[in-house]
Amino acid sequence: MERGNNVKTNIVVRHTLTHLFIIALGIVMVYPVLWMIVSSFKPNTMIFSDPGLIPKAVTLENYVTGWKGYAGTTFGRFFLNSLFMCAVAIIGNLISCTMAAYAFARLKFVGRGLWFAVMMTTLMLPGHVTLVPRYIMFNTFGWVGTYLPILVPKFLATDAFFVFLLVQFIRSLPKELDEAATIDGCSPLGVFLRIIVPLASPALVTTALFTFLWTWDDFFNHLLYLTKPETFSVSRALRTFIGDAGAVSNWGGALAMSTLSMIPAFILFFSLQKYFVQGITTTGLKG
Amino acid sequence: MRKASGILKFLKRNAAGYMFLAPWLVGFLVLTLYPMAYSLWLGFTNYNFTKPDATQFIGFGNYLKMFGPLFGLSEFTASTGEVMRVDPYYLKSLSVTFTYVFVSVPLKLTFALAVAMLMNQKLRGVGFYRAVYYIPTLLGGSVAIAVLWRKLFEKDGLVNLFLGMLGFTNLPGWITNPKYALWTLVLLTVWQFGSSMIIFLAGLKQIPQEYYEAAAVDGANKVRQFFSITIPLLSPVILFNLVMQMIGAFQAFTQAYIIGGGRGGVLNSTLFYTLHLYIQGWAYRELGYASAMAWVLLLVIGVLTAIVLRTSNLWVSYGTGE
Repeated sequence: MERGNNVKTNIVVRHTLTHLFIIALGIVMVYPVLWMIVSSFKPNTMIFSDPGLIPKAVTLENYVTGWKGYAGTTFGRFFLNSLFMCAVAIIGNLISCTMAAYAFARLKFVGRGLWFAVMMTTLMLPGHVTLVPRYIMFNTFGWVGTYLPILVPKFLATDAFFVFLLVQFIRSLPKELDEAATIDGCSPLGVFLRIIVPLASPALVTTALFTFLWTWDDFFNHLLYLTKPETFSVSRALRTFIGDAGAVSNWGGALAMSTLSMIPAFILFFSLQKYFVQGITTTGLKG
Repeated sequence: MRKASGILKFLKRNAAGYMFLAPWLVGFLVLTLYPMAYSLWLGFTNYNFTKPDATQFIGFGNYLKMFGPLFGLSEFTASTGEVMRVDPYYLKSLSVTFTYVFVSVPLKLTFALAVAMLMNQKLRGVGFYRAVYYIPTLLGGSVAIAVLWRKLFEKDGLVNLFLGMLGFTNLPGWITNPKYALWTLVLLTVWQFGSSMIIFLAGLKQIPQEYYEAAAVDGANKVRQFFSITIPLLSPVILFNLVMQMIGAFQAFTQAYIIGGGRGGVLNSTLFYTLHLYIQGWAYRELGYASAMAWVLLLVIGVLTAIVLRTSNLWVSYGTGE
């Protein structure tokens, strides 16, 4: 009896210690982000001297100065630009990646094995080997400075990660359903629209989610192709806070706009957590 | 007649598949295969974006420009008769990148595994903890965090404020000191261990609890259990994480770009490979040279991935089945 109690107390103590350790480490982990959010509300002069999380004075001044943006274009415009790009990118990826995944997972055609192997190889391919010719090509089309170089590839299923994710998911769906539908006279298109797409909706949510985050956070492509301030995305615009040699004149504004730029990711993450876990564990999405 | 109907049948059987595959196939041919072939060729030319009409085939000139300093060259004569200068910063960018990859990836995976094991217990609120630990990964790749990182590790930044409170004096500006700048980027990468952690956690859940119980009965302590059960059974997941993180790390760009203000930092201490490629291609407009650099990157990643996969049979075990 006494021994049983001891074991129990031991477990309680061990669990409490584990909890404390996880919490302490967690605070260290998210401290920089919390500090950034809090500091964005501090007067510019206090950001440098106050490491704490409770501001001694609260002001919205940073948000006002930061919002002014760059070259006469405000962050309102940058946010709209980013949202627009994300929306179109999501539509493109959903259509093109699901179509390709359906072909790979369900349809029989000559060369399927070969093309699937090719698709899996492109998954590992560093984008830099296609970068220069794509840039030259898009420049010939007159697309540099527009959203087309960033958005058109989304309609051509260039994000092989999502094709792979969707193939995995569609393969796990019971085949009897589409066989039955085919016997009932359903065409491949009918099977696709009436059976595969509705059943694959969890994987579609994951695709939409990561497409949003990656397009929102993308910087390299925005740096290359968005050359006019009025077309800047949020991430491209944040870069303008940091001068060419790395000097920053308006830290408060930079932290305030950085904080705002993280809000969409936060909202999506906390409302769609299970899709994150699914996406990461099935394909090991980068990050 | 019969032949024609055979062709028709063949087309009919394959039509649906290729219809659905069409967007991907067009994308692959136009945006991947053709650009790859084109950039391979560009790598052997002196293509400059400002004067594409003057493009000449220069053989291995671009590659000699990269690796010439290894042989003590400072300039050489290309096959066109033109005297070319070697790139004094290329090898530096290569060594910065190798250091970054070989330090940050193992550290990140070790940390991810340790935290995953901590989470793999019957604890209340694990879901919440997992979410909190994933936050840095969720935000880490953004320009916003890179901006924040600059602020944290400046001479008068948050990190030094804390270290000052702990009694340290004479602290350097971590970002502006060439000795430490790269390590702030390593830290930023390790901080984003969330994805690897979630993958490890899923792998750990697959290991039957009975194995540990049996081992404990046989007198194996926790350390022994870790090396004899956890590591072998988790090895396929470790391999997967290792390959993916390595490929990703070689292509890191945004953080170095922001922290260096668009350059390679003080004394090029944070001149990542892709950053150097960007500067050569888009600041100097040397797109031929940038293409050659991209192909070397592809080769480096390909060779290292092959080595990891080849040697993996030494340490990765797939299941317990014979």
